[in-house]
Amino acid sequence: MNKPIALALLALLVVAPFFVYPSFLMTALCFALFACAFNLLIGYVGLLSFGHAAYFGGAAYITAHVVKVWGWTPELGILAGVVVAAFLGLIFGSLAIRRQGIYFAMITLALSQMLYFFAVQAPFTHGEDGIQAIPRRHLFGLIDLSDSLTMYYFVAVIFLIGFAIIYRTIHSPFGQILKAIRENEPRAVSLGYDVDRFKLMAFVLSTALCGLAGGTKALVSQIASLTDVHWAMSGEVVLITLVGGIGTVLGPVVGAFIVIAMQNYLAEWGEWVLVIQGVIFVVIVMSLRRGVVGELVALWERRKPSAAGAEAKAQAAH
Amino acid sequence: MFELLGISPQALFGQLLIGLINGAFYAMLSLGLAVIFGLLNVINFAHGAQYMMGAFVAWFVLEYAGVPFWGALIVAPVAVAIFGVILEQVFIKRLYHLDHLYGLLLTFGFVLIIEGLFRYKFGSSGQPYDNPLPGGQNLGFMFLPNYRGFVVVASLVVCLGTWFMIEKTKLGSYLRAATENPTLVRAFGINVPRMVTLTYAFGVGLAAFAGVLAAPIYQVNPTMGSNLIIIVFAVVVIGGMGSIMGSIVTGFGLGVIEGLTKVFYPEASSTVIFVIMAIVLLIRPAGLFGTAK
Repeated sequence: MNKPIALALLALLVVAPFFVYPSFLMTALCFALFACAFNLLIGYVGLLSFGHAAYFGGAAYITAHVVKVWGWTPELGILAGVVVAAFLGLIFGSLAIRRQGIYFAMITLALSQMLYFFAVQAPFTHGEDGIQAIPRRHLFGLIDLSDSLTMYYFVAVIFLIGFAIIYRTIHSPFGQILKAIRENEPRAVSLGYDVDRFKLMAFVLSTALCGLAGGTKALVSQIASLTDVHWAMSGEVVLITLVGGIGTVLGPVVGAFIVIAMQNYLAEWGEWVLVIQGVIFVVIVMSLRRGVVGELVALWERRKPSAAGAEAKAQAAH
Repeated sequence: MFELLGISPQALFGQLLIGLINGAFYAMLSLGLAVIFGLLNVINFAHGAQYMMGAFVAWFVLEYAGVPFWGALIVAPVAVAIFGVILEQVFIKRLYHLDHLYGLLLTFGFVLIIEGLFRYKFGSSGQPYDNPLPGGQNLGFMFLPNYRGFVVVASLVVCLGTWFMIEKTKLGSYLRAATENPTLVRAFGINVPRMVTLTYAFGVGLAAFAGVLAAPIYQVNPTMGSNLIIIVFAVVVIGGMGSIMGSIVTGFGLGVIEGLTKVFYPEASSTVIFVIMAIVLLIRPAGLFGTAK
């Protein structure tokens, strides 16, 4: 990403709450981080996890519980969510990476459904009610987060931290190896890389960041419920990433704002939201597989060589 | 009668029967998934939605045209299979050259659309469907409702019939050959694209048939498919999709294990299949009947 764009986006992040409802922005940022973490797997390792709701929702439950019942401060609560999500990711991931492709998707989905049934039965999750009225408390015991503007900047900082970790990972030698695995796994093996270990590391990193998003979301919406661990949530993060553009850095962020805005505007339409999401799935898979950001980048790059070509033509005419 | 670990034989055999019935549905659905995946290389996420549609068509034709259960058993699979042909011709066909994952994502989109439309029309509550075979037999050690016995027998017949057709007939040999090497089979003058379409229709019809069978047992409701399909995915991972008989045995076996878990440790009954999947992945990652690729 070049510097002017990055600075402009950062400025946008700072002034946005003065123009748009902070609660919408906070939700969108949580889902943006969630989708970025998911995109790290599908976009850069080529692993389609259909069970990322487990880590998002699992962390939301943990953060909600330790903050509400045990009275932890918000940053420790979110940290607890991250740790549990990473631990879950380590167990589920080491099972799922034993199979490839389509089986990987089915296994991650099945494991997340197992966690869903656990959440239905476990007493601390309060079944259908979920954990409600989670207090936001004071950050580091000092800063009151009940003010929505303060909370917004706290969420924005968390988002930036998560985003920076993903950005660094993609552009590191580690990220290069992940891309090599995505492009040609047997070749990566033949070059001597322990592919399974790299896959597992990427999986745990992704789930930990999902935990960061999920824990933060629990404090933003002040509720953690079965919706967060349901398979539909896993589908939603796939949709967000698909809309924005798989394998693009900013795609999941753009996708999150589009999908969350759509859900807000269509909220009174009830079941139609589901139908519209399905239609978007079909349209994107059939004809816009690069997503919004991917298509824009492709358009930009198609213009560039043609501009250069026009210049060359003009030169030749002289 | 004897008592086993303080559990009455009535409860034990009752749960065993429920397990067998659940297993029948796992077997029919995982069989369809395996046949479709074998030829199309697409995991049909919409399989559960199509199962639900089968149940709804049965309810619909009874309610509005007076077609009884036995007629619905033929009408519904055909209707849903035709719907499947349209989906395959308009959408799925265009994705065969891409990564398998796109097929999964596309059919997931179908699930959202179909489920959303049915939920809009019918809400999330169920529609009752009358039992076509009331009454039952007293077997001495347990009471067997007629209809439940029929479901187990009917699904066994359908599963074994499918196995026979694929493994023992000429048509099946074309199918198996096309699964191995479609280009070569086309070179022999067999219309593989049409076979692909019909295979998808068959798999979908099988799901709808299971849906009709399920209608009198479970209530007909829009979410009945998506709850089941994830368990069927786990069944498919456990069994591996390489073998038809493997799918049938795994489906029934897991249903029975789930039923037994309900008797001995009910808290785990909803998760036992996933736990078994984890264990199988640790010991035999390719699945019980699968071959490592």
